[in-house]
Amino acid sequence: MRGNTLRGTALSPTDAGTSPRSRRAATVALEHVSKRFGDHVEDQPAVDDLDLFIPAGATCVLVGPSGCGKTTTLRMVNRLIEPSGGRILIDGEPIAGRDPTELRRGIGYVIQQVGLFPHQTIAENVEVVPRLLGWPAARRRERVEELLRLVGLDPARHLRRYPAELSGGERQRVGVARALAADPPLLLMDEPFGAVDPIVRARLQEELLRLQRELGKTILFVTHDIDEAILMGDLVAVMRQGGTLAQFAPPAELLAHPASDFVARFVGADRALKRLTLRRVGELAPAPVTIAVAGEPLGAARARGGPGAPGHLLLVDHEGRALGWVDARGLPDDRPADPTTARPPAPLLEAETTLRDALSILLDAAGSPGIVVDDTGRPTGLLTVEAITAALQDGNGPGGTGEDAPPPAGSRPTGG
Amino acid sequence: MPGEPLIRWSWVADHPAEIGGALGQHLLLTVLAVLGGLAISLPLAVVAHRYRRTEAPITWVAGVIYTIPSLALFVLLIPVTGLSILTSEIGLVGYTLLILVRNTLAGLDGVPPDVLEAADAMGLTRFQRLVRVELPIAVPVIVAGIRIATVTTVGLVTVTALIGQGGLGQLMLTGFINLFPTEIYVGALLSVVLAVAADAGLLLLQRALTPWARVHGAGA
Repeated sequence: MRGNTLRGTALSPTDAGTSPRSRRAATVALEHVSKRFGDHVEDQPAVDDLDLFIPAGATCVLVGPSGCGKTTTLRMVNRLIEPSGGRILIDGEPIAGRDPTELRRGIGYVIQQVGLFPHQTIAENVEVVPRLLGWPAARRRERVEELLRLVGLDPARHLRRYPAELSGGERQRVGVARALAADPPLLLMDEPFGAVDPIVRARLQEELLRLQRELGKTILFVTHDIDEAILMGDLVAVMRQGGTLAQFAPPAELLAHPASDFVARFVGADRALKRLTLRRVGELAPAPVTIAVAGEPLGAARARGGPGAPGHLLLVDHEGRALGWVDARGLPDDRPADPTTARPPAPLLEAETTLRDALSILLDAAGSPGIVVDDTGRPTGLLTVEAITAALQDGNGPGGTGEDAPPPAGSRPTGG
Repeated sequence: MPGEPLIRWSWVADHPAEIGGALGQHLLLTVLAVLGGLAISLPLAVVAHRYRRTEAPITWVAGVIYTIPSLALFVLLIPVTGLSILTSEIGLVGYTLLILVRNTLAGLDGVPPDVLEAADAMGLTRFQRLVRVELPIAVPVIVAGIRIATVTTVGLVTVTALIGQGGLGQLMLTGFINLFPTEIYVGALLSVVLAVAADAGLLLLQRALTPWARVHGAGA
């Protein structure tokens, strides 16, 4: 236990060590929370009677247009802003009674501009909170190296550098490492990837999802980008101007059943396509395909296909990789399957491909069925546009998100 | 003084103790003034930064002191504190205040808001934030102020010779009285050398204190 080195910290008693794998997570509850800024000209509340419950280990994304109070909401959770009404509980305990600095040391915080201390090295930046908590130097050093590796930075290269020497993406990685330094059960992230270019942004999103599968923290994540919300969130809270909650649901439900015109407009007219990004080719049962190995008699392949064997056979090489389609109609059983007559194969789809990408690939191939392949490139079956459409109809089918509870963070599929 | 050279080197060679003593006194008066000025200005700037309503009165007072002609200020102080080192230091410290308060304030105001937000959100107390984050980040601007204050003070210390506090001004003064150019020029040149050396020394000190301010990289 770390207890003897922590002076009055916010860490829960279940904490079992400093490993980044200690899956400590907190619940967060907002009850009738509102915020009215005194000098607000329009006399409109920034946040109005907000109720949210975020289960331990879930990523909840607050999303909405600017001025919807999402950042204000986030900043009330670590008391950078005090609510005007209602209360906020972390692990069932109202935060209003806690000392703000002690509370904040137990909550990771990541912002768009990162806010690294320019006068300190990367190592010093990452160990800010452990130092505040009085960890001994050796333990801090060990933790810093562990965290830099966790966020994909080489400690040997980066420990002694200053923030100004890093790229935007590297700085944001350091920001995440810093937020995780004292292994907090809750992370607050305010548009963390808003200031990096789209390519770096996609990579950082991927890495946060990977990290989250490993760490299982509770994350409250603010963005104005609905695609990011759908990608990152187990739960998405859509907020609208005036600080009210428009809908609070898992991404699949939000897209399948927007609660209002506002939500429907906010998630966009392409919400069916967005729903497809939540599901993967591997989650659908592929239609059977009859395979012929190059050189073998067509009869052998037909026998494998059974009585309903189609006229077109999928020709594979001796390694099992798809070569193309052979039109075997009218050909005798003893004719060997001839690779030279094979037409180029239909598009190949991997299990990890999102249904959205799969649909795009199939549309590009003029609607011909895609060949689903395993990691070794061997065909396992066929996927058609119709099968994807059908998958969209059974909204919360296999692999989809349930109606009420979000799946545990660890079970989320990887993005793109 | 026909035939008298600007600098009679034999006099310089014969009076190392006198020259060195004047230089030492000059340096001491300058260092005391700048340190005293810092001791007063840093807290004042921190207060003005934290409580913005105090900024105007603080800078106003420092500005008023700055506008008083130096000789006049020394003369006005003599009835109170006499012909003492205190008199000269009160004046010298007074003249550093405006520069040091303004620069320290500018340095503190220049700390990026995202850095402050991160510091607060990580659970630094106000005092920890000031000492560990805001002041260190303000160091380059504060040192820039110290450099200006130091160079200004080196010049002003020559005036304090008039109230009998020694320094290089004293050399110049006796040179004028005795119509002896060597002393005048030695005093004048050494005060220039002292100003330039102090400025360069402080610049080097600032570089040593803020290695982070010189790095050039991908970002801002």
